[in-house]
Amino acid sequence: MGLRGFIRIAIMRNSSLFFIYITSGVVLLSLLLVHAFFSESARQPVLEEKAMLVKMLKLTDLCLFTEARYTRHLSQADLNTAFQDHPMSLEHFPSGSFTQPPESIRKFP
Amino acid sequence: MRHWIEKQRYIIDFTISSLLRRKVKNFGLLALYTLIVFILASTMFFTYSIKKEASLILKGTPEIIVQKIVAGRHDLLPVSYIDIIKKIRGVAAVESRLWGYYYDGLVSANYTLLTPPGNGSSADHSKSSAKTTVVESESGGQQQADKSKPLFELGGAVLEPGTIIIGNGIARLRDIGKDDYMPFRAFDGNVLNFRIAGTLSSQSELVSSDLILITGEDFKKLFGIDNNYVTDVTVAVNNPSEIDMVASKIRKVLPEARPISRVEILRTYDSIFNWRGGMMIVIFSAAVLAFVIFAWDKASGLSAGERREIGILKAVGWETSDVIQMKFWEGAVISLTAFFTGVILAYVHVFFTGSIVFGPALKGWSNLYPNFELTPFVNLEQLTTLFFLTVVPYTVATIVPIWRAATIDPDSAMRFTGE
Repeated sequence: MGLRGFIRIAIMRNSSLFFIYITSGVVLLSLLLVHAFFSESARQPVLEEKAMLVKMLKLTDLCLFTEARYTRHLSQADLNTAFQDHPMSLEHFPSGSFTQPPESIRKFP
Repeated sequence: MRHWIEKQRYIIDFTISSLLRRKVKNFGLLALYTLIVFILASTMFFTYSIKKEASLILKGTPEIIVQKIVAGRHDLLPVSYIDIIKKIRGVAAVESRLWGYYYDGLVSANYTLLTPPGNGSSADHSKSSAKTTVVESESGGQQQADKSKPLFELGGAVLEPGTIIIGNGIARLRDIGKDDYMPFRAFDGNVLNFRIAGTLSSQSELVSSDLILITGEDFKKLFGIDNNYVTDVTVAVNNPSEIDMVASKIRKVLPEARPISRVEILRTYDSIFNWRGGMMIVIFSAAVLAFVIFAWDKASGLSAGERREIGILKAVGWETSDVIQMKFWEGAVISLTAFFTGVILAYVHVFFTGSIVFGPALKGWSNLYPNFELTPFVNLEQLTTLFFLTVVPYTVATIVPIWRAATIDPDSAMRFTGE
């Protein structure tokens, strides 16, 4: 961008600069949506590979948190997870604060 | 129309000049607002994508898992239970699983050891093991010899006694690979060395980062598990609509058993990062609180300078509607700028940098954390929700108090000196 370009921007009205920013924001966001759409189809084989591994090895959980057995296998957690170490022992692993107990545990009979 | 557009442009010109006169305050506000949008959008993108990915990946999990519970804890399941479950009407196949955890003191990490289906588990009662890649070790009909040495092949790595296949996370953490040896301390104190036959692909780390595939024979040798016990069993059901019925029958026949259905597993991952739970509510509360502070700041009245500005504008001929339009544009300029910047940065953060900001919190105390790239499941609905959560409240909060100020007499507005 030459001197003329700088001068043109300097004398541009505030409203024009604002609309240029908003338009570029809309364009960029649309491009990201297009990226999301194409990435989804491009990553289909990877998703299928993971699904195949789950089916083949009969896995039950995602490997998100390996710090405790009830966070590693969230769906297989003991029913007494909240007090698993002793009756007064409260949850102490950080990942426990991200996740919720399995649906089956929270369900009232 | 052209006249109206020109008028709006002049109002926007004036509004931005007015905002730039109070640079520090307004840039501070913009930065904070952008940060809130960034955190909200990152949380939304991350949780939605991981939930969607979990639902796609875990759709192939076993229909029912049956555990044995003793004193509220998961216990080893006797092999004899398999025949009992097989007799239940509606059950198509029952297959045992051998899996457990191993703590590696060298790197302070937990591994999940798993025996691939049909690989040396003492009781495989599967009717259809076609989905597993099981290769018999010897050619010919030496069934007895084969039974003790079945092979499992995965991506070219052949699993046989004395070997293991490890997840990519373990390979990275321990800096080991194919043909290296990995020592394990067995239940009796002996050290067992296993040769690494291969590693699971890095693409599958979200499900296999900490996995170690081991033969059933070695698994039992390592943990001292009797041949009459397995960790749990998987149950395949003839009619998928009867899963709940079969689960309740299992509970009836084996009161100490705990059946976990596929629906429950999927539901767990659907609600795991629910906004009502744990850190999510902390993040959302912080965002809501910040908005309340913004709104309070705006709604509790204008500063003396702003009041005087409105008074002067009205004195020089601006109408009440013009002042309100100006304040509408003020809210729109700040909120739209924050929205676009925050959302674009959040997308880059979650899908290009691997959620680098959330990383330390997600990793927690674990040394072994999967390196995974999330598939960007982003749609217009999420963006619209974000827009209505962030832009609309702020813009509305800006206009309401202005209505009060814009309708007062210019003379009294200019005389007003108190803050």
